[in-house]
Amino acid sequence: MRFLLRRIIAGIVTLLVVTMLVFVLSRIQGDPRSLLISEDATQEQWHELGRQLELDQPVYRQYLRYTTNLVQGDLGDSTLQRRPVVDILWTRIPNSALLAGTAFAFAILVGIPLGILSAVKRGGFWDHGARSFAVLGQAMPVFWVALILIYVFAVRLDWLPASRNAGWTSVILPAITLGWFGASGQVRILRSSMLDELDSEYVRLARAKGSSTRAVVWKHAFRNALLGPVTFAALTLASLITGSIVVETVFSWPGLGLLAVQAVSNSDYPILQGVILLTTLVFVFASFLADVLYMAIDPRVRIR
Amino acid sequence: MTTPIAESDLPNPRLATIQNLRYRLRRWPVSSIVILSVLIVAAGFAPLIAPHDSKLGNLDDRHIPPLLFGGTSDHIFGTDGLGRDIFSRIVHGARISVVVAVVTLGVGGTIGTAIGVVSGYAGGWVDEVIMRIVDIKFAVPLILIALALTVILGPSFGLLLGLLVFLIWGHFARQVRAEVLVIVTMDYVAASRSCGASPVRIMCRHILPGVISIVAVVGTLQVGAVVLAEASLSFLGAGIPLPAPAWGSMVAEGRLYIDTAWWVSLIPGSFIALLVIATALLGDWLRDRLDPRLRQVQL
Repeated sequence: MRFLLRRIIAGIVTLLVVTMLVFVLSRIQGDPRSLLISEDATQEQWHELGRQLELDQPVYRQYLRYTTNLVQGDLGDSTLQRRPVVDILWTRIPNSALLAGTAFAFAILVGIPLGILSAVKRGGFWDHGARSFAVLGQAMPVFWVALILIYVFAVRLDWLPASRNAGWTSVILPAITLGWFGASGQVRILRSSMLDELDSEYVRLARAKGSSTRAVVWKHAFRNALLGPVTFAALTLASLITGSIVVETVFSWPGLGLLAVQAVSNSDYPILQGVILLTTLVFVFASFLADVLYMAIDPRVRIR
Repeated sequence: MTTPIAESDLPNPRLATIQNLRYRLRRWPVSSIVILSVLIVAAGFAPLIAPHDSKLGNLDDRHIPPLLFGGTSDHIFGTDGLGRDIFSRIVHGARISVVVAVVTLGVGGTIGTAIGVVSGYAGGWVDEVIMRIVDIKFAVPLILIALALTVILGPSFGLLLGLLVFLIWGHFARQVRAEVLVIVTMDYVAASRSCGASPVRIMCRHILPGVISIVAVVGTLQVGAVVLAEASLSFLGAGIPLPAPAWGSMVAEGRLYIDTAWWVSLIPGSFIALLVIATALLGDWLRDRLDPRLRQVQL
């Protein structure tokens, strides 16, 4: 329990630090009044607005007000669209969730079998194949992979759409691009933990007493090797959300990542800060989930 | 280290030498070293190697395909949408990548190492606080913060370097600290302390030399992360301002012509991948050689 409590506190501190960062950035950007006030406003209205926004208060009071608004779900208005940021974020979340979810499924469904095969057939064809898959997946820039997939499958073969206007098939290419990166980490982690387990005393005992290879791999080694991959899976989910910025840009996928990039070209800071806060929240939550899973799988953590 | 083969065991000394050489070479990451040397030479002598101007092209020579795909030997990698020679731009881009990697790793590595040594040596609440800060650093969505800063301050080379330094110092701090925790328990550290050496002296003279190898390993493995981060930021327009030929921005520029002129984006991208793979393999090799304990999977 102490372990979880520590993790929760760490997560809250992280969120606080990021809100401070975003707050400071917004103040570097300039006086918030200049974005809000109408063009024919008088000096008196300017001061009045300053009082309303509590700009005459000390900075820590301003920060307190800012976080209070955040907790109440008020992220301010978009400078360009003049709509609450929260509403705009809500319209994008389903798209991002669909992309991240599909990519995650790809990462798990490809990463775990490849990781096991790679360890069980160590040094063989599958091992070399899986390791190349993993090294390439981690070394190739995501946007480059995306463009190659578009060139091969959309331009040359014309099998799949390159951007989002053709129904459910349009999720395939972005999901593979993103999922490849996630699967690579899975393969590397699972391979090394499977190799450790396959080399352990209890696996040798199981083999010595005549258990079939299938039983040894699935019942003994795999279950114990799961610890790393499961905790890593939760973090993969988080990294997919960040990684999707580039992928969404290449595929014009209307998710949070594309929203952030568009906000950059429109200098729409409130939107950008909304995406930053939301991403951090998801990351903190995913890490927390990883810790809970870790605790559920490995009883030794509970004692700490 | 290779095991010397006894002369008498071998029938043909010449053959033995060749075999021995092959055996030795197999243990060296030859392809990585060759790729990296070529890129570093290209970066160093870019103006001498590049046949054309990297920033100015001839609009009449727009989208000429690479040599092997029906182009001319004047533009072996073809030209882009402004008629600029892609080969020349890649050579100049190598310079940007190498400078970015060297500066970022130099500064970030030094800061991270210093913090890691202090954290590991001091222990207690200092260590606790520093490690929590590192944790928080890993939770911050750096690409988004970079985009925000670019909106506010405008893109610049200095900003990019600062962001990349911020990206990598934590890796050094974490790994170095773990190593320092082991070194601190060594007898020679205790001996030095009992002789009255100051903490600063112990850290600099006795602990720092012990972490150099791990710094080298982390540094090599982080080159890839730095190059990829720089490329991603340049791709998103938050990296080095145009028209500098950063590889990431070249891919971004060519993206719009993917259906008619694939080479404009795919060729620069392949160089990013090549550089990252080469340093990753070199890093793995260094790690196995210098520190077998680290052989577990690195994230």
